[in-house]
Amino acid sequence: MSAPARKASAARSPSALGIAMFAPAVLYIVLLIGAPFALAILYAFSDARIGATSIHFAGLENFRSILQSPSFRMAVKNSIVFTVCAQVIIIVCSGMLSIALEKPFRGRGFVRFLILLPWVAPVSLGTIGWKWILDSIYSVITWVLVSLHFYKPYSAPMWLGQPHLAMASVILVHCWRLIPFSTVIMLAGMSAISREIPEAAAIDGAGFWRTTFQINLPMMTPIVSVAVLFGTVFTFTDMTVVYILTAGGPFDSTQTIPTLAFATGIAGSDLAAGAAISLFLVPVLVVVAYLMLRIAHRAEVV
Amino acid sequence: MAIVETRHLTKVFKQGELGAVNDVSLTTEEGEFLVFLGPSGSGKTTLLRMIAGLETPTSGEILIGGQFVNDLSPRERRIAMVFQSYALYPHLTVYKNIAFPLKAQKVPKAEHRKKVEWAAGLLGIGKLLDRKPRELSGGERQRVALARAIVREPAVFLLDEPLSNLDAKLRTSAREELEHFHESVGTTTIYVTHDQVEAMAMGDRIVVMNFGQVRQIGTPADVYDEPADTFVATFLGSPPMNLVRKDDVIVGFRPEHFFPVTVLAGRAAMPESLRAVDREGPYVPISLRVSHEEYLGAERILYGTIEDGAFQGNKVVSRMPSTLASPWSSGSVHAFAVIEKHLKFYAADTGKRTAPRPGPWR
Repeated sequence: MSAPARKASAARSPSALGIAMFAPAVLYIVLLIGAPFALAILYAFSDARIGATSIHFAGLENFRSILQSPSFRMAVKNSIVFTVCAQVIIIVCSGMLSIALEKPFRGRGFVRFLILLPWVAPVSLGTIGWKWILDSIYSVITWVLVSLHFYKPYSAPMWLGQPHLAMASVILVHCWRLIPFSTVIMLAGMSAISREIPEAAAIDGAGFWRTTFQINLPMMTPIVSVAVLFGTVFTFTDMTVVYILTAGGPFDSTQTIPTLAFATGIAGSDLAAGAAISLFLVPVLVVVAYLMLRIAHRAEVV
Repeated sequence: MAIVETRHLTKVFKQGELGAVNDVSLTTEEGEFLVFLGPSGSGKTTLLRMIAGLETPTSGEILIGGQFVNDLSPRERRIAMVFQSYALYPHLTVYKNIAFPLKAQKVPKAEHRKKVEWAAGLLGIGKLLDRKPRELSGGERQRVALARAIVREPAVFLLDEPLSNLDAKLRTSAREELEHFHESVGTTTIYVTHDQVEAMAMGDRIVVMNFGQVRQIGTPADVYDEPADTFVATFLGSPPMNLVRKDDVIVGFRPEHFFPVTVLAGRAAMPESLRAVDREGPYVPISLRVSHEEYLGAERILYGTIEDGAFQGNKVVSRMPSTLASPWSSGSVHAFAVIEKHLKFYAADTGKRTAPRPGPWR
């Protein structure tokens, strides 16, 4: 991604036109990513609060109190559970889906379209739909389970109201949203494998499982890792799904780092603590970004 | 080793359209090197893929070693195939690539190393076993693909244009090696190519295909000297056979049989092979208006139009050794001739070979 740009700039000195073409991107990054990031670092070391007229340097005080707070530790644990579980489910499901959708069959285009829909729909709308589906009183799922006599009407599960169920619901809704995305990535990776290679494996005597696990999947490792890394970023930093479905509840059982940062910094008006919490996302994202760049680089070399 | 036989084999990809392969019946001989030759889209690769079990025939039967294999998967057919792209597994080393068929067919692990080393030794790639395919040259990849094919000693080899990804020089030496390899292994081999030189050089017999149909099966000499129809006549040979129409018959003659009459009369300096020509019977004189000439080093190709006589107006080509003198300025008219027994006759409506018509062809 960056290599062609680097090559181009090395080839000839930057002209005014080049700078003009490049400027919007730089401006965008500086204003919408750089400035808030700098502000977050600034706030994290201060005592900034919403409504306060002055701010003072507070050193590591914010970090110290956050690390001692049980709800922060809970949020870290939840973030990890949320991300890892969601990624495992997403990769397994989208792997199966991409294998199923790779071979042509009647109506494949339509099925592909249906599977892509959750990704195309706005996150918040889709999630609000799920909130209704999982509602404590009007849930269709509960209604179906009750009519099938799995549960009595008054003892039906509260999908978003019981700690473990709430976490599972949040994870599954997030999977619903991200599976299309990684399916598309994996389909692209599969179609990049020459058709002759699985055929050669078939002639060499390999069956479906051997071909899938010893030939196709290893060849797809780079693209699968791209899907995992992107998925990790989307999940780890996700705010919308959790906030709309449970807003972190019940009893902080679905509180993740981003929602806790929002709850503390914006809703709780302690900007400094919120900024400090959100900075804990950075180490994870740096590692992911580094891995992504490495894979992109390797893919370029090959 | 085994004989491959197809009976009325047909493959139609889209209903209502002309099939990619139409009613092909052929039988290989034991240990034979059979070449499927045809232009692109002639169905030769589809035919091979049906024999391999990668395509399901629309109708017809396939037999390998006398066994009906239509319903068998590729791995049950005891075949090995080398693909045009070689289809090496890019994430595996050469050793693991070659050992893959053994692993897939559950050959005891203890035998793997011995067999892989035997196959690699046969193809001279023993030193490359730890490399990955991307670290190999085109020629080396081709050998790895061959080694992977022979390692489990298949009954039949199927080769799909294995030389087309090599550069011209390498292709000649690889061709020689492949012939040598076939001689030493002796396995029945089916080889698909669109390159007539490869087909002529390597094939025990050639199956010439066009539009999914077999046009002729025969030894290289058969298909070149006695083409069964006008397609075979023009597909083989470079430049192709001259075809000139006279009423309901098409008369064909190879460019190398079409000479200046001075050569036939024995007046010019000429190679030994041509000197005998005079004794070969009557010839048909043709006057040729030269349009242009190509000098190719060893030989000279002359393009022109027939000026008079029965074939007037037809464009024809002559091919002669470049040792013959060259007064061939374009626009000039020269006396040429073809010995009558070199004329082939084809029916104008079907393009099929017909009985010779008596002359005179003036």
